[in-house]
Amino acid sequence: MLYDALIGPFTEFEFMRRALAAVIALALAGAPIGVFLMLRRMSLVGDAMAHAILPGAAVGFLLSGLNLFAMTAGGLIAGFAVAILAGVVARSTGLKEDASLATFYLASLALGVTIVSIKGTNIDLLHVLFGNILAMDDQTLLVVAFNATVTLLVLAVIYRPLVIESVDPLFLRTVSRAGGPAHLAFLALVVINLVNGFQALGTLLAVGLMILPAGIARFWSRDLTAMICIAVVAAAVSGYAGLVLSFQTRVPSGPAIILVATVIYIVSVLFGRVGGVVRQLFPGRHLEA
Amino acid sequence: MAALHFHNVTLGYDRHPAVHHLSGEVARGALVAVIGPNGAGKSTLLRGIVGILKPLDGSIHLGGLDARDVAYLPQSAEIDRSFPISVFDFVSTGLWRGTGLFGGIGNTARGKILRAIAAVGLSGFENRPIGTLSGGQMQRVLFARVVLQDASLIVLDEPFNAIDAKTTTDLLALVKHWHGEGRTVLAALHDMEMVRNHFSETLVLARGPVAWGPTAEVLTPENLMVAMRMCEAFDDTAAACAGDDIGSRAA
Repeated sequence: MLYDALIGPFTEFEFMRRALAAVIALALAGAPIGVFLMLRRMSLVGDAMAHAILPGAAVGFLLSGLNLFAMTAGGLIAGFAVAILAGVVARSTGLKEDASLATFYLASLALGVTIVSIKGTNIDLLHVLFGNILAMDDQTLLVVAFNATVTLLVLAVIYRPLVIESVDPLFLRTVSRAGGPAHLAFLALVVINLVNGFQALGTLLAVGLMILPAGIARFWSRDLTAMICIAVVAAAVSGYAGLVLSFQTRVPSGPAIILVATVIYIVSVLFGRVGGVVRQLFPGRHLEA
Repeated sequence: MAALHFHNVTLGYDRHPAVHHLSGEVARGALVAVIGPNGAGKSTLLRGIVGILKPLDGSIHLGGLDARDVAYLPQSAEIDRSFPISVFDFVSTGLWRGTGLFGGIGNTARGKILRAIAAVGLSGFENRPIGTLSGGQMQRVLFARVVLQDASLIVLDEPFNAIDAKTTTDLLALVKHWHGEGRTVLAALHDMEMVRNHFSETLVLARGPVAWGPTAEVLTPENLMVAMRMCEAFDDTAAACAGDDIGSRAA
């Protein structure tokens, strides 16, 4: 009975196995990125980037139909253009990163909507907006896995400067020139993972599997390595539970995954070991030292 | 061989000078105090020395030093104290010059890090997140990182602001220890008593050099009066600088 509900769908149907593999790849790569987004106070930057990708994906869709490869390429180009332009403007002028990003992503969004409204239909575009993790073909799954692998490798390379730049950017500037490139590489990883996520979750929810697990992890640890591990596990569990929920009910898969993550998030806010609400309300007797 | 050469340096922001026409040099191994009122350009000068601010005019030479031979402790570090990093890991970033992107932290390095933390009196705090430290403890952590940087030129921007007497004494002893090791130390300071007692050389700055030399000769009431009277002018419509008028007036 329990077996039928929790494991049965995956042994029985190939599309569920593909979906599970995809969601685990997304969790492995996206959650660490989300942790850094949160620690660098860029959570909403991820959201803005998701909007910036949309027009690129739309152009790819218009040029070659519902081909996820073309849409991915389009999304990557649009995302990179916006991320790099915004990063360069913020670094070469005094403008804050969020302000310059807002300008570029709005311009990108406006451009994309213009293109779509002139040339396209919008029925299949719903697919782009909300994704469909249950319709993964081999090629798409490979793209997702490839992107996740690249993300983890690049993150390993830029990990140290990224951490130092997050804590003490001025110090990094005095000892190394790696800060700028590391930051740009990180923005690129954000884009790659958003594009990766929208094949499964759609442009609107892709950022969810990055940011929600990071928020969850914040309530359970004060250590960066532990936070990243917790975030990955939380993302994978949300993905699995979301798929089961979606299979057993009529909830669409993408929203189901994000809703499960939201439930875990709420539980963490309430009962988290680090700054959870219950801990704050009932802190126990104060310590000796 | 001088550790630092200033050739008619003008430093500032958006074409407006904060330090005007400074020339001179700092000998290797010197212990120099930079004093002057708020807005005199002390921080600007130090930022110029470590290379995060490019001179508007003139040049600064580090006497053959690489920029990484310079350790810089800014006045208000832009440190994100909420970032989940331990004292040990934070201090260990001072080893960047040796480890770079990938270099591992072996037993020798671990020993160095622990010794640096002990040198600033924070043994036992290694695993504490930096967010839980007091202001004085954080300043000790920053000094520990400077120790690890093992730099031949050390630049400290008002390192004893809002620091209590005990911590100041401890950290000042560390500064004198660096001096004893032959490192060049520049420190922007406000405590005249400390400058008089512990720093051999002083630069009085008031948007331009007022006086520079041995502390006993330079730290006179007259020079301090001149520095005090400095006007904090920032004129949006100022004309382009004609050259050496301010420099010669100050000297």
